[in-house]
Amino acid sequence: MGSTSVILSGWELDNPVIPASGTFGYGKEFAALYDINCLGSFSFKGTTREARFGNPTPRIAECPAGMLNSVGLQNPGVEHVLAHELPEMATYFHKKVIANVSGFSVEDYVYACEKLGKSEQVGLLEVNVSCPNVHHGGMTFGTSPEAAAEVTRAVKAVTDKPVYIKLTPNVTDVVSIAKACEEAGADGISLINTLLGMRIDLKTRRPVLAQRMGGYSGPGIFPVALRMVYQVYEAVKIPIIGMGGVRTAEDVLEMLFAGATAVQIGAANLTDPYVCRDIVEALPRVMEQYGIENLQDSIGEAHHGK
Amino acid sequence: MQQVLLTVGRNERLTSDVFRMELTGDVGAITTPGQFINLKLDGFSLRRPISVCNVGENRVTVVYRVVGGGTASMADLRPGAVLDTLTGLGNGFDTSKSGDAPLLIGGGVGTPPLLFLCRKLREEGKRVQVVLGFRSASDVLLAEEFRALGAEVHIATEDGSFGTKGFVTDVIKTLPYSYFYTCGPMPMYRALRRTVATEGQYSFEERMGCGFGACMGCSCKTLFGSKRICADGPVFEGKEILWEAQA
Repeated sequence: MGSTSVILSGWELDNPVIPASGTFGYGKEFAALYDINCLGSFSFKGTTREARFGNPTPRIAECPAGMLNSVGLQNPGVEHVLAHELPEMATYFHKKVIANVSGFSVEDYVYACEKLGKSEQVGLLEVNVSCPNVHHGGMTFGTSPEAAAEVTRAVKAVTDKPVYIKLTPNVTDVVSIAKACEEAGADGISLINTLLGMRIDLKTRRPVLAQRMGGYSGPGIFPVALRMVYQVYEAVKIPIIGMGGVRTAEDVLEMLFAGATAVQIGAANLTDPYVCRDIVEALPRVMEQYGIENLQDSIGEAHHGK
Repeated sequence: MQQVLLTVGRNERLTSDVFRMELTGDVGAITTPGQFINLKLDGFSLRRPISVCNVGENRVTVVYRVVGGGTASMADLRPGAVLDTLTGLGNGFDTSKSGDAPLLIGGGVGTPPLLFLCRKLREEGKRVQVVLGFRSASDVLLAEEFRALGAEVHIATEDGSFGTKGFVTDVIKTLPYSYFYTCGPMPMYRALRRTVATEGQYSFEERMGCGFGACMGCSCKTLFGSKRICADGPVFEGKEILWEAQA
């Protein structure tokens, strides 16, 4: 049997399968269903400096080939995560986790990253400069190369943990932003966050979401995500965590071929709570089917011999 | 929570837009009235959360209103169709607080989960009164089913075409009761808050992403912080809800 392990900035994962932030909570609901230690890791619910309720409801809407969410970074705040969630996670997940961090100012990012970076349970920090559901923050930092670089530099200065910047697809040129993050010292890039979208209820003639707009995720965005991973891979040397509409082991392989070192699964967790376990179990078979001995060696294969 | 394959049995129209569907399969995870199941439907991305109306050995009944594409496709399902279903979701009604004469208050298509609750309370030997509110006589649901369980049933219709003319609150004012349980729309809850004489439990509804507590899509504000309607609810005690914060 081939090797499914991959290496993210010196951290060897048993496999590249990682549930995405915001779709897996702190893993507890899934740990009640199966042993989540089969996963490469998981990226826990996006954390901010202060506790947040998030946006008004409704904050979920059905879409063709996916869904909209406008949750708006609901979380109990970094101190609560350190005091309660991380210790509890250690009781059912025995690998390192990815700490996803959001903020409304550079200082917010620095504050939360410095604290979470000190936890031995945290394998890497995933800095979300791409949330489409909060105003004055989130995506604001991810839509300009300068702002993304500023956050990157500031966070890098306060932690020894690898820093991955999670980028938004809602930009003209994602490559320039990825390059700016790399130049500012980012250890890796996560992409993509959700695409900004909306739905309107024909009966009420009003947007379905209370916040009017939200982030579109699900299989419909897979080709967009794959394209962006492919483009960014050509432009940067740091590892990429690819995500967006992934739901099968074949999708994972496609992401790796495009240039991702690891792959996150998001919306699929919500409708199929066992999907990540199923992908982990299917990977060896799919690798064999496509003649892959060592998954790490297949990263970026789509770029070879062009 | 359990993921199971359920087979559609009878799927019949009860009123102009409300249907009753029977599903067979392993429903052992459904233990408490007020819980719901989450159905995967062909052609839709998100599952559809539907409250349990009644449950028996290897059989669950749901009563649902066609409100959009998802529920319309449910109404089209024929016997024999197989649905990927998450069962036993949510925390249901707590019957230990009922006292000896609980009141069940249903508003429209909020009525169905109260039937399972009524059965449980009757099995516990409680004297159950049921007050149901509908727009019109043609919308009345499940009244005979409640009576068959030995409950005393009162109906209110907005247009007066059946039972008391008016709202459930008009009937409740006249009844003595030890506790109440309710499922219905938010405007009814607001009116109830001004009318009820005891504490009680309310079942909440919201658009859900996962239905099992992972996505924070259906949060609501309570005195004890934010709660997930799907996993911490859908039933909450009235006194723990921050009513002014509800949409």
